[in-house]
Parts: sequence; structure tokens; C-alpha cells
Amino acid sequence: MIRSEVLKQLIPVISDHFVVCNIGLPSQEMHMLDDQATNFYMLGTMGLASSIGLGLALAQKQKVISIDGDGSVLTNLGTLPTIANNVADNFILLIVDNGSYGSTGDQPTYAGKKTSLTAVAKACGCDHVIECAAEDTVQVMQDALAGDKMTIIVCKCESGNVKVPVITMDPVVIRDRFMTKLQERNA
Amino acid sequence: MSVDDKIVADLVNNKVEFVTTVPCKQLAGVIDKIDAEEQIYHIPSNKEDEGMGLCAGAFMGGKRPAIIMQNTAIGVTINTLVTLTQYYRMPLPMLISYRGELGEPVACQVEMAVHTKALLAQLNIPTYHFHREEDVNELDAILKHTFMCNKPVAILTDASFWNGY
Repeated sequence: MIRSEVLKQLIPVISDHFVVCNIGLPSQEMHMLDDQATNFYMLGTMGLASSIGLGLALAQKQKVISIDGDGSVLTNLGTLPTIANNVADNFILLIVDNGSYGSTGDQPTYAGKKTSLTAVAKACGCDHVIECAAEDTVQVMQDALAGDKMTIIVCKCESGNVKVPVITMDPVVIRDRFMTKLQERNA
Repeated sequence: MSVDDKIVADLVNNKVEFVTTVPCKQLAGVIDKIDAEEQIYHIPSNKEDEGMGLCAGAFMGGKRPAIIMQNTAIGVTINTLVTLTQYYRMPLPMLISYRGELGEPVACQVEMAVHTKALLAQLNIPTYHFHREEDVNELDAILKHTFMCNKPVAILTDASFWNGY
């Protein structure tokens, strides 16, 4: 099972929530499969999906899901101690761990070799870290959403991509419609 | 009122409720006071681009953010400033210790100091330089300006402003 299949299966579960989508293919796939105001697409800035998601979760009460990748978490590894020490129980970090830099041509990451992001997250002090097979991600996400505890999900899936169009939407439009929807929900 | 107290009071009066910091000796006093201020959520970050990501999220969540960091961080954060903060038009006051200016004991700090204003100018980031203690009186207006125009804004605070090292 590859990332786009994982995301497709997750959509009925996460569609109603505020989702920060990582740069590159995760954003493009979410945009193609389920474009809506509750999705924040990162058009640049590799590595910061988890930081943006944590800031969002700490600032207000709606649930926030960051869809990140193993390569991006490795880029911003300092994010895990910050998450561990600033608990936001409305925050779920989903690391789609396919052991490769999917958006740049599937070059291998260290997470696909000796490094376990699950073990790293636990060592950083994150209390609820769940590693699962790609096929189990929907159930694990449902449980995390019901659990009201900050959760890090490391979804082990296969490397591979489908063809998706780039996002041409203006960044200010993406940001504005996201903030407007969030304000409505928090009102 | 001390400079540290004035800075924290201006942040609070401008409803800045989310502040991320990467430490600097010059900024230690103001960071301590921010940590103690109940109306500000203080979240130390491990690297300044991570901090700017946190601030972007907080802003979209309805809280006014700020970042406190050294000028060396300009080198670290150019991509984030351009592709996140500026591209999505988000406000971000950056209170920066301007290391490598007169009084600096560490030669390596001068290497980044000579590039600091040039880089900020190249990025079209409004830049204010606090050199004398009374310059802090502009902070309130700078914060209002930042949240009016939705841009990252730099406030460089040098060793003379902090009364040496």
C-alpha cells in the first residue's frame, strides 16, 4: 500500500477535521482527492508541517491533524522534543513513513534503514506514539481522534507515487479560507 | 521600567500571546520575563525555522505570534521567511539580538553581522535598529505596524542597546 492509497482510505475519517498537508505530493494528493477549506496546503518550506500543526493546535481548540512524511520529519527532527514538551491533546501527527523522499524521486531516507522514528519520538518524550501497518491506519486514526490525547502515528507504507497535478491555488486564498473556516468552527 | 519589562508590556498590550524563542545571552532577561508572563504562551524552539512554523500555525489559529532569536538565524530562516511567512502573508515580529556589533567579544559573530542588514533588505523585510535604550519606545508602533501589514518585521537590538555584554 502506498501513500496515496493510505490518504484515500483516511479521507472519510479526517475530512471533517483541520488538516495541515505536507509539501509536495501529500498536499497535491489531498488537493486532488478532497480539496476543501479545512485543508492547509504547504506549497513550500519542507519540514514544518508538524510545527505549523502544533502551533495551530496550541492556539485554539479544534482538532488538528498534520500529515507529514518521514523525510520531512528527519529534516526538522527538533520538532519532536518541542511536541513532547508542549502537549496539545487536540493534535495528531501522522507520519506517513514510506522510507523515501517521495516528492523528489523516491530516494531512500534513513527512516527506511536503521532509524526508527517511532523510537525517536518516544525517546523525545512523546507519550502516545503508535506505529502501524498502512492497512491499519484508518482504525488507528479513528482511535486517536476519539482518544483526545496528543498522538503520533507512524504509518509504515510502501514507497511509490501516483501522478497528480500541482496546486495552482494562491497561497493567500489557501490560508484565508482555512482561517475563515476555523473561525466559524470556533465561534 | 526596565527595557525587559517594557518589551514584555508592549507584547502584552498588542495582544501577542504566543512567543517562541531561541536563546541568546543578550536576550536572556526578556526571555525569562516572557516565560513568567501568564498572558503569553512561551514555546522554546530548537531551531528558528521550526519556531516560524509554530508561529504560522498560531497565527492561523487566531493568536498573534512573535519570535525572539539571534541575527545568525537570518541565515537559517530565509527559505521559511520567503515560502511561508511572506508567501502566505503572515505577520511576524522578530525581536533579534544583533550580535557582532560594537562591543562584541566574539569575532565569528561579526561574520554574520556584516550580512544581516543586506539580507533583510534583499528580502524586503521592514527593519528597525535599536541602538540606544530609548529606541525601545518605538516597539509599540512597530508591533502595530507588523499586524497592520501582515509581514515579517525585524527589530535588531545591538550590544549598545543592551548596555554591553
